Amino acid sequence: MIATILLALSGYFLARKRALQVANGDIRTLNSLPHQHGLNTAMATLLPPLAVMLVWAISARIGARSDVVLVPQNPTMVYIILIGLAVTGFVLSLLRISTTFRARTASEGWIMGLLIFASTIAVLTTVGIVLSMMSETLNFFGQYDFRDFFFSTTWSPNFRGDSDLGIIPLIWGTLYISFIALVFAVPTGLFAAIYLSEYAGSRLRSVAKPLIEILAGIPTIVYGLFALVTVGPLLRDYFAEPMGLGQSASSVMTAGLVMGIMLIPFVSSLSDDIINAVPQAMRDGSLGLGATKSETIRQVVVPAALPGIVGAVLLAASRAIGETMIVVLGAGAAARLSLNPFEAMTTVTVKIVSQLTGDTDFGSPETLVAFALGLTLFVITLGLNVMALFIVRRYREQYE
Amino acid sequence: MSTSKHGSLLTLDARTKKRNAAEKRFRAYGLGAIVIAVAALAMLLISIIANGASSFRQTYISFPVTISAEEIEAAESSLLKTGAYNKIIQTGLLAYLTERDLLQDTPEADAFGMISGEAGSTFRQFILANPDAAGTTFQLDLLANGRIDGYYKGRVTAETAALDKNVTPAQLELADRLAADGALVKQFNWDFFTNPDASDQRPEAAGLGVAILGSLYMMAVVLCLALPIGVAASIYLEEFARKNWITDVIEVNIANLAAVPSIVYGILGLAIFINFAEFNQSSPLVGGLVLTLMTLPTIIISTRASLKSIPPSIRDAALGVGASKMQSVFHHVLPLASPGILTGTIIGLAQALGETAPLLLIGMVAFVKEYPAAYTADAGLFGEASTALPVQVFNWTQRSDPAFVERASGAIITLLIFLLIMNALAIFLRKKFERRW
Repeated sequence: MIATILLALSGYFLARKRALQVANGDIRTLNSLPHQHGLNTAMATLLPPLAVMLVWAISARIGARSDVVLVPQNPTMVYIILIGLAVTGFVLSLLRISTTFRARTASEGWIMGLLIFASTIAVLTTVGIVLSMMSETLNFFGQYDFRDFFFSTTWSPNFRGDSDLGIIPLIWGTLYISFIALVFAVPTGLFAAIYLSEYAGSRLRSVAKPLIEILAGIPTIVYGLFALVTVGPLLRDYFAEPMGLGQSASSVMTAGLVMGIMLIPFVSSLSDDIINAVPQAMRDGSLGLGATKSETIRQVVVPAALPGIVGAVLLAASRAIGETMIVVLGAGAAARLSLNPFEAMTTVTVKIVSQLTGDTDFGSPETLVAFALGLTLFVITLGLNVMALFIVRRYREQYE
Repeated sequence: MSTSKHGSLLTLDARTKKRNAAEKRFRAYGLGAIVIAVAALAMLLISIIANGASSFRQTYISFPVTISAEEIEAAESSLLKTGAYNKIIQTGLLAYLTERDLLQDTPEADAFGMISGEAGSTFRQFILANPDAAGTTFQLDLLANGRIDGYYKGRVTAETAALDKNVTPAQLELADRLAADGALVKQFNWDFFTNPDASDQRPEAAGLGVAILGSLYMMAVVLCLALPIGVAASIYLEEFARKNWITDVIEVNIANLAAVPSIVYGILGLAIFINFAEFNQSSPLVGGLVLTLMTLPTIIISTRASLKSIPPSIRDAALGVGASKMQSVFHHVLPLASPGILTGTIIGLAQALGETAPLLLIGMVAFVKEYPAAYTADAGLFGEASTALPVQVFNWTQRSDPAFVERASGAIITLLIFLLIMNALAIFLRKKFERRW
């Protein structure tokens, strides 16, 4: 590895020197600049062995896991191949240097390869997410009936085996908390956005907008702690206990409210963009007909922006469903199907965390269920995101 | 003009009044929403600061201790080294208390119990670092027990102490006498930033050292991987890629990845980096890789936006004087876009710094007492077990002693200060280098 890098570095300088030599010191006779020759040699030396090494490392790991010999396991042999590749690239590219060799095009070819590789990483990530969760989920359904997973209403994992792993109580908790969060965040965020874009003077906007956006920059663990030490006890002492609804500080309401706070900037900044995209002519038309400002907003601006706002709400919902730390600290761990918002419930994300932290044994269904939960979560949020992006894109085209 | 059926501009009829009232209400709703949002922010910050500000000051007990070279040797050769040092501390404390007549009728064991369990090892490290101290008498500042500290922060009172098996009212009285004597002092708590985590029983000694170091390592990994990969990917997509279904797929992909819940990245990290590639669990390397994948979409999106904002005339001019497409991008477009790219990167890093959920899954919740080395032959680069700032916060919230809530809030204040610095830097860069074309 280090030898390859050293070789590549020396290749750079050697090639530069050689290029100058070929040109007898007269740089004008060269087709490409010396440093481009250098770059070409360095890339030709470095990149092929690197690529081979990456492929080898990955296939060796796959081989080690499935007991199939896909590639030679002998490291010395691989090292010889790698060094051989590096030397070949080094020598060949040095030999090619001449006054007519287009080193610029050649070296740019290598760089282009790197750029393309970088942009495929995003796709590889998605493939990695889907594949890793798929394989473990299939593994899980091999040990546990999928009908029980999707339709059973009890969740009681038991690490000695014989667990009930029904997803319904978890989905219920997730949706309930997200619903409360959205009920709080959507009107607040929307009204804030409307006020800031339609009514507020520039001074109020320059103060309030950054303040609301600070909320978006705060890590979720901070919201979680806020739920745990402030909001939870507050709700319990002033609402739940006097009304006789429960004694738990962690509850659906706690998590929902705090998550709602987290979502306000999300809803408001997205709807702000969308409301600003509504053409001024539509407002002027409405105002000219004698409508008041609020009538214009309610009957012209908001309906025009509605698809975008729906998209924003969907994105916020996907955020709420995938949120982890607030519910881990604020919602509790008991899987329950109940309507009482002051009771502790749990969510899909909480259970992923609790099944995968601590001592885990990757053969048991109690651990593998986390992957099935993760895949469910991924599919739900992906669906919401795709739908939201689709709606937002379609809407934008109307006015542009 | 008498009252007519039609309203006039000067006298408002009922319907106009109603409409005006609706207008006022609507504005009030809007203003109310902003007030709610800002109030929520204020409440959040106030609650965290009120809970956590006190963690930056800590109660210390300060008294003179004498130690001889023989005592050091005996302690070093004994089986329980810190235990032996504890004995020396206790002798010193007792001598001090009797000299100033502070002990009165408090049992000796109670007096010893006021010093943190961590004191023995602190003392030992001090002696090992200053071997000249042997045979001399010197003033020692030792951490007070978490409950005594809590007494001075309002968490513990004489009534609660009577019910608590970890502290007695007699100890609190002794603490008051010590404070009056000047031996019990509150100081700025540097240990909070340098100490590693401590056990459940010793909240007073728990610090953020390992967590800060772990977070730093991870940020280094993220910066070294996410920035080049993100910039390369954006250059390809923005400047070179032809519009076809493959680039469409990549684009939709990136937009979706930006909205995938962070915990899914944790599952990915667990499956790929730990189970498949067999990197060390709870190492900053794995954490950094997971966070890299997570911040990549953010960086790509902001980099593409700043590349897009560079006018085509720059590219045309470069191409016109004979530069290749690649040269026009790397020599002209990229330098001009770099402030925007940097701003986006810093914001992405700030996001990664506060991220907790994926790190829980790759085992960074472990109790780590040793400072992780950046490189060791066994564990490789960034391979030693570590924690991270937000995970340490989570860890502390799971402990029963209320002193850990104070610690967790203090850790959050530290985290927020880091984030504030990063965001301020991003804003500064944007303001300083922003160019309108």
